[in-house]
Amino acid sequence: MDSGHLPGHRTRGREGHSSHPSRDRTLVLPGEEIPSDGLRPGSGTYRVHGKVYASVLGLVAERPPFVQVLPLSGRYIPKAGDVVLGTVTDVQGTFWLLDIGAPRWAPLHMTGTPWRIEIGETDRYLRVGDAVAVRVENLEATGRIGVTMVGDGLGRLEGGTIITVSPARIPRVIGRGGSMIQSIQSLTGATMIVGQNGRVWVDGTPEAIGRVRQALRIIDLDGHRPGLTERIQDLLGSRPPDVTVPRLPAPPAEPELAIPDDELPEPPDEP
Amino acid sequence: MGSVGAKEVPVLLSPEGIRVDGRRLDELRPLRVVAGPLHRADGSAFVEWGANKVMAAVYGPREVHPRHLQQNNKAIVQCKYNMAAFSVDERKRPGLDRRSQEISKVIAEAFESVIFAEEYPRTSIDVYIEVLQANAGTRCAGLVAASVALADAGIPMADLVPAVAVGKVAGEIVLDLNKAEDNFGEADLPMALVPQSGRLVLLQMEGHMTREELSRALDMGVKGCHVIYDKMKAALRDRYSAARPTEVAA
Repeated sequence: MDSGHLPGHRTRGREGHSSHPSRDRTLVLPGEEIPSDGLRPGSGTYRVHGKVYASVLGLVAERPPFVQVLPLSGRYIPKAGDVVLGTVTDVQGTFWLLDIGAPRWAPLHMTGTPWRIEIGETDRYLRVGDAVAVRVENLEATGRIGVTMVGDGLGRLEGGTIITVSPARIPRVIGRGGSMIQSIQSLTGATMIVGQNGRVWVDGTPEAIGRVRQALRIIDLDGHRPGLTERIQDLLGSRPPDVTVPRLPAPPAEPELAIPDDELPEPPDEP
Repeated sequence: MGSVGAKEVPVLLSPEGIRVDGRRLDELRPLRVVAGPLHRADGSAFVEWGANKVMAAVYGPREVHPRHLQQNNKAIVQCKYNMAAFSVDERKRPGLDRRSQEISKVIAEAFESVIFAEEYPRTSIDVYIEVLQANAGTRCAGLVAASVALADAGIPMADLVPAVAVGKVAGEIVLDLNKAEDNFGEADLPMALVPQSGRLVLLQMEGHMTREELSRALDMGVKGCHVIYDKMKAALRDRYSAARPTEVAA
């Protein structure tokens, strides 16, 4: 419909931004018109009669030649290569179905595991309710999400607990170059695995898990405001709050495991 | 509300053109919209509209249940409208009835025409509307709540869908009927609008109107929808703007 510009005809540059205030990161709702300045409609938008409108609630992002809307809510939309945490919802003869918080359940075939499994013996390895860390391998046009459990840091999750945040907040949970996870882990002594689908596996002492839970809640609710790192560090402090009685004399044993693509950590031994 | 159940028809319109509840002919009842009150649902909204109280929750896109309803080129939109037993003066028998089935169907169809369902093949988008307190216009209140809940759930769609009922009371066309006007008026015309395109995606009528009255009623309804549309957008802005205060509940 829109014939006012040609593909590849990119006039936007720095000067384009200075002539009028940048619309980047403004909040738009479904049905609201986005001034497109000749940019083409990208994800989260649609075009009618040459005008571009938002189709989801989110923030405008100009990525020439496209203008798109980055969603602020909604289910996890899988991307190939993402590490995600799932729970088993169904066991079949040769595969399991995993709930990874996406629109569809993801089949995990027995050949995508590190185990040698006979057909029909799948339920000896994973049962309904078990939690696993897997990687999204391929996405089909039908919406099928293929996942694999072969790879570093992937496998069955034993012990610990899973805390859920909005998938849109995961970049904030990780921080620049993993800085946020590292500081949460070292300040609490907990071990974490962050799934791109908004699920975070946490293990450690009950106090540590509780404090990670608090930190994640702040990131989830307030992560879009500046100064997040400072607020998290204020919350976690350099020492645990006085109200808790330390149960272990020296708990910070694991914090050298900072990046979650190591081998799966064992739950810490009880003293 | 006061004179409902009385045998004789109450005076619905004063000679000065003021309605039973003190409104002018083209005045809406007070409307409050809250986005995202529920934490378990993918999206939710609560609407208080006059004496109506309606909660809506959206789940999905998710696996289709039962499987045979699955469509391999798009998502299906399922809607369940339900009135609580305590939502009306006389206890309502709980569960599905012909009225709630019809309302569920027309609301689901209204949303099907705005949701970009092709983006999520073989899935289901489930909309639940629970009427906690009813006072006429609950299908419109339900649609408004569900529409905000869909946006809160991040479902891609052409627009929010405001809705309102117009009617004929004591010979006059009036906006947003209340219970007394609905029961004793001459016509009731609920409608839902897509502001972006100007299309109507729900239009039902009960009673009688002349052609000229119908066209005036539609104009009045469209104006009302735009007022409601602004409140729906304000509710979503309020929830997602950067100044949002930290919530307490988990």
